[in-house]
Amino acid sequence: MAVNKIPAFIDNIDGRNKKNKLFLGLVIAMSLLTVVPIFFIISKIIINGIGQINFNFFVQTSPDSLQAMTAITNNETIPGGIANGIMGTFLIVLVSSVMAIPVGMMIGIYLYENQDRRYSNILRNITEILQGVPSIVLGIISYLWIVKNITNGFSAFAGSVALSIMMLPMIIRSTEETMKMIPNEIREAAFAMGAPYHNVILRVLIPTGFSGLSTGILLSLSRILGETAPLMMTALGSSVINYNITKPTSAVPLLIWEFYNDPNMVKLVWSSSLFLMAFVLTLNILSRRIAAKRKIGKKR
Amino acid sequence: MTETLINIEKPVLKVRDLSIAYEAGKYAVKEINADIESKAITAIMGPSGCGKSTLLRAFNRMHELYPNIKTKGAIYLNDKDIHEMSTIELRRKIGMVFQRPNPFPTMNIYENVIAGYKLNGIKLKRSERDEIVEKSLTNVTLWDEVKDSLFKKGTFLSGGQQQRLCIARAIAFNPEVLLLDEPTSALDPVATARIEDLLVDLKKDYTILLVTHNMSQAARISDNSMFMYLGELVEYGKTDTMFTNPKDPRTEGYLTGKFG
Repeated sequence: MAVNKIPAFIDNIDGRNKKNKLFLGLVIAMSLLTVVPIFFIISKIIINGIGQINFNFFVQTSPDSLQAMTAITNNETIPGGIANGIMGTFLIVLVSSVMAIPVGMMIGIYLYENQDRRYSNILRNITEILQGVPSIVLGIISYLWIVKNITNGFSAFAGSVALSIMMLPMIIRSTEETMKMIPNEIREAAFAMGAPYHNVILRVLIPTGFSGLSTGILLSLSRILGETAPLMMTALGSSVINYNITKPTSAVPLLIWEFYNDPNMVKLVWSSSLFLMAFVLTLNILSRRIAAKRKIGKKR
Repeated sequence: MTETLINIEKPVLKVRDLSIAYEAGKYAVKEINADIESKAITAIMGPSGCGKSTLLRAFNRMHELYPNIKTKGAIYLNDKDIHEMSTIELRRKIGMVFQRPNPFPTMNIYENVIAGYKLNGIKLKRSERDEIVEKSLTNVTLWDEVKDSLFKKGTFLSGGQQQRLCIARAIAFNPEVLLLDEPTSALDPVATARIEDLLVDLKKDYTILLVTHNMSQAARISDNSMFMYLGELVEYGKTDTMFTNPKDPRTEGYLTGKFG
């Protein structure tokens, strides 16, 4: 077909190229705008925090204000560390995982098995609403339920309840998505051997979806690790290492808040933040690697 | 529909007035009557969507996994109604192999073979397990190929090997009947030929029901053939007779390639 009329856009090719370049520049500028702050945040935390990081930082409990003040006036590093916070975080997160992971996985499997039921849709909506509930509200709820009525005082358990409710939506969703990715033939093969339902779930579906499930769990853990607000109303904090879940317990984000409120311990804010950030980052990277390594049904 | 019954002495499976509907009034399988010959290969043929897979799955009640399924009529395994048996008991007696090879991806070859025992919580001694694994893999002519890599994942095998592993997994339970749902449709011709030889070998010990899309495969290895069309069992007879002298015009049309 012969071209009778040159289309208008060819006339203006220079103008189009200029617009293209302008737009490209804009996109690059915007992406830098998001990368640069992250870079500054990380470098600031590392520069300010690294000075306090030593072996004692991980094994000793937090110092009191006087010790910190003396150290600062003598120009020494502040003694003590955040061992009470680290142990408390582990305790609280462990208990909330024990509560949230089995329940969340069971709900996720239920949603997958009964996808179109009315009840499933209601459950899915509730899960979404739960994900949007501010963490401080969960803290208040846990305060009313657990602190007031069950442990009769601030406790690690109350903190775990609040955090496990935060974990639930993520675990439910990731379980359902993982189950959807498992080829139906695998389930059929198990049922065709007469396997009872619970064995199909425990011995076939969960091992097959292991990578997806663990990714979801790690991501939900990294989300709750930095939570401070619900813990203020529930776990409260403690200056000693506590292993009893019915007693007030410290946590790393709680310690950061306490250090922030004490002008003598500002340096510790940075080092605790560095520790928390490194930990969460490690979990995130780990979950990504697991997800990339073992894709379900790739080798078939 | 009694004309579709052929005379078979001591049938292992008897189907009586079997109808299966996925939705009310929409039948996937309509009033089927048939006797299945013991220790023989029975092929079920027909165009896509004719209900052959549904019929096959009805034999070990796998079709009940679909939601809203309605089943009428009865199937008897050795004169016992399969709907009165527990699915666990039934599926131990009637094993199944699927269209695409589906070894369990998290288990190694050894565990895949004894998966039936494991998943049903049956405890075996180590020597018993070893014996079952070796015997099953030998029966499917896979033993020599995998005996040095028993503890590697089953998914590293080739498609044909995986499918033979799945057959080994089904016969490890020592079932009476083996159901195969287009077992070679995902395989290349060489692997297909091996599976066909294997099935002819296995019919000494097992009753085999084979759904196939491939007419020449049915002609090569089956003793009896069923032809299904739109959920009905149009014709059922000895494979030789049916391929040389079909009684129903629809069967003739399908076999000569007019449709399907």
